Amino acid sequence: MEIAQIAFIILLLITFFWSYKKYSELVRAIFLARPVEIKGPVSARLRNMFLVAFGQKKMFKRFLPALFHLFIYVAFLITQIKLIEIIIDGISGSHRILAEPLGGLYTFVVSSIEVLSVLAFVATVIFLWRRNLLKLPRFKTAEMTTWPRLDANIILWAEMVLIFGIFAYNGADTVLQSRDFPGYPDTGNLAVSSWFGPTLFGGMETSSLLMWERLGWWVHILAVFGFIVYLPYSKHLHIFFAFPNTYFAKLKPRGEMENMPEIMNEVKSMMGLTQEEEQSVDMEEIPEFGSKDIFDLDRINLLGAYSCTECGRCTAVCPAHITGKKLSPRKIVMDIRDRAEEVVAKLKSGNPEYIREDLRDKEKKLTAKNFDDGKSLFDYISPEELHACTTCNACVEACPVMIDPLEPILKMRRYEILTQSAGPSDWMPMFTSLENNGSPWQMSEARDAWKEDLEE
Amino acid sequence: MSEKKLKVLTMAEWAEEGKTPEILFWVGCAGSFDSRAQKITQSFCKILYHAGIEFGILGTEESCTGDPARRAGNEFVFQMLALQNIETLNAYQIEKIVTACPHCFNTIKNEYPALGGNYEVIHHTQLLRDLIEAGKIKVTEGNAATKLTYHDSCYMGRVNGEYEAPRQVIDSLKMDFKEMKRSRKNGLCCGAGGAQMFKEDEPGDKRVNIERIEEALGTDSEVILANCPFCITMLSDGLKAKDKQDDVMVYDLSELIVQNNSW
Ligand code: SF4
Ligand code: SF4
Repeated sequence: MEIAQIAFIILLLITFFWSYKKYSELVRAIFLARPVEIKGPVSARLRNMFLVAFGQKKMFKRFLPALFHLFIYVAFLITQIKLIEIIIDGISGSHRILAEPLGGLYTFVVSSIEVLSVLAFVATVIFLWRRNLLKLPRFKTAEMTTWPRLDANIILWAEMVLIFGIFAYNGADTVLQSRDFPGYPDTGNLAVSSWFGPTLFGGMETSSLLMWERLGWWVHILAVFGFIVYLPYSKHLHIFFAFPNTYFAKLKPRGEMENMPEIMNEVKSMMGLTQEEEQSVDMEEIPEFGSKDIFDLDRINLLGAYSCTECGRCTAVCPAHITGKKLSPRKIVMDIRDRAEEVVAKLKSGNPEYIREDLRDKEKKLTAKNFDDGKSLFDYISPEELHACTTCNACVEACPVMIDPLEPILKMRRYEILTQSAGPSDWMPMFTSLENNGSPWQMSEARDAWKEDLEE
Repeated sequence: MSEKKLKVLTMAEWAEEGKTPEILFWVGCAGSFDSRAQKITQSFCKILYHAGIEFGILGTEESCTGDPARRAGNEFVFQMLALQNIETLNAYQIEKIVTACPHCFNTIKNEYPALGGNYEVIHHTQLLRDLIEAGKIKVTEGNAATKLTYHDSCYMGRVNGEYEAPRQVIDSLKMDFKEMKRSRKNGLCCGAGGAQMFKEDEPGDKRVNIERIEEALGTDSEVILANCPFCITMLSDGLKAKDKQDDVMVYDLSELIVQNNSW
């Protein structure tokens, strides 16, 4: 076995175990939140996933960016087919082991990768220009701090490196084939490399060609490994998470806020609407309503936070944001992910300091159940942001991967009002009036006074 | 035009006569108490009357649907109001409800079922469209030179997906209609939803309704149409802030029909 093979196998194993660990951590993070009942037909969910995640339907509200995004995305997907061969070659020390058995099909697949890579290259250049030179406001709001901006650029540059790798690998190979170098099977006429290869590498010594070919191969595979390891830390996780997120996105009517059966039953019994047996609400321990922290959101909310592409389409259409308020739905979603990451890191540390104070004597091991670091989502999201939302659903409509930024906002409002008894002071007289008069305004006239001067 | 008094019966009055009307008109708080929205309520009653539709209202038995309380986060108040309303509606065995308020529409249609209230709910713009299509109300073709634009309410538009009905009603009037740039799915909120109506805007550069009225004024329209009493308040306030209240009018679709009726 050659050194290259051993190095490859070690890298492959590291990538595999590292990502297994990291991705199961992500799943555990999502499971910190409350379980949700998945309602609605599977067919409608599959349809959403197919159209929105795979078909990128919601991206196509604006054609050109959507098209360029599609190039990068399809190039990425189809390049992974080639991964099968790369792994076999890497382990066994073979070279393009599938070229001969697949024949024309091989030429077709590799040619498709090449064509898409050229398109992806154009798209990447445009995206880099758009992100860094064009002053698009949605790339520059407050939550787009150093890391989110760097993250966006890293992936675009990595894409360039990957494309470079592909063409060095295929281009040099084509020339080697034409020189009948032993061990380089015929790949057929590749769409791009058949002219690009000779143009760029045609005049080189065979020894340099061998070097370029290997370099291209290694750059290609290292970029892919790097990608897999990097994704869990990045907004580009949406490449995978867009699928479950669109599948699990709630199918309920948009205008329906989740019912709170605990409160409904309590009010029913207050109003004498329940049978005696149904009155089982235990109000012994003062319950907490609404969401204070990620633990009180549901798993779909958290899955959404991890699926966010940080594209800012939600914020760009938010009426509160447009008129200069502090609220930005993208920030809400990013804050939820950041808070989840913080909780996960603290749980992993096992530090007993994070055990809830009253349990510290009894329980020695830090778990999600006894966790309390004295912080919550409210350390990330201020009431001012929550109060600015008009519930207009523009953010929900805009999101290309079907995240609902509004639901967490409303759940946090519930916490503020129901558990903290806080909230905008203007709302207090409204609540009182609603309770006493059944109308948000304090009114002395009768509800149907308008009838009196009505003419045909 | 006759100036005869139009009598609107409550469900209790219908019940006394031992009859049930075709449909319940859910008036809502704005339609009941807000002096501007009362005019919309009256216009809609006139249309129902001239279309020959028997309808009832709940009158003093109606309460707020609870929408602003729920969206502000106060589930207790929401449940109290909603459960009370459902009791009343079920007691009268109501099956079909029409309302001129998108928020009432949304709450009764999408949120009451989970609490045990199941009704067929339509918005008045949908009923107006149906009545015009069926020839039950006749409109004169309006002044073709009148320039109109239409503001989509979030709760009929994006939330409940109704973009066509209001536009079909507008089309029937054959006036000079122009869309705003942000319309339909991309329509911009007036700033009232989510209980914002009942509080000051949070600190920022401007109020949401100013942003919206600037866009509406940009179409050069003489009339801005809407289908929600809260939008109408917000847009009217915006006009006042721009000192344009004498040049541009804000109307509900039902008012435009009454102005251009041929009954
Ligand atoms: S629902 Fe709230 S957060 Fe979303 S766009 Fe409207 S105002 Fe902004
Ligand atoms: S929530 Fe959706 S629209 Fe908003 S930034 Fe994330 S992916 Fe984009």
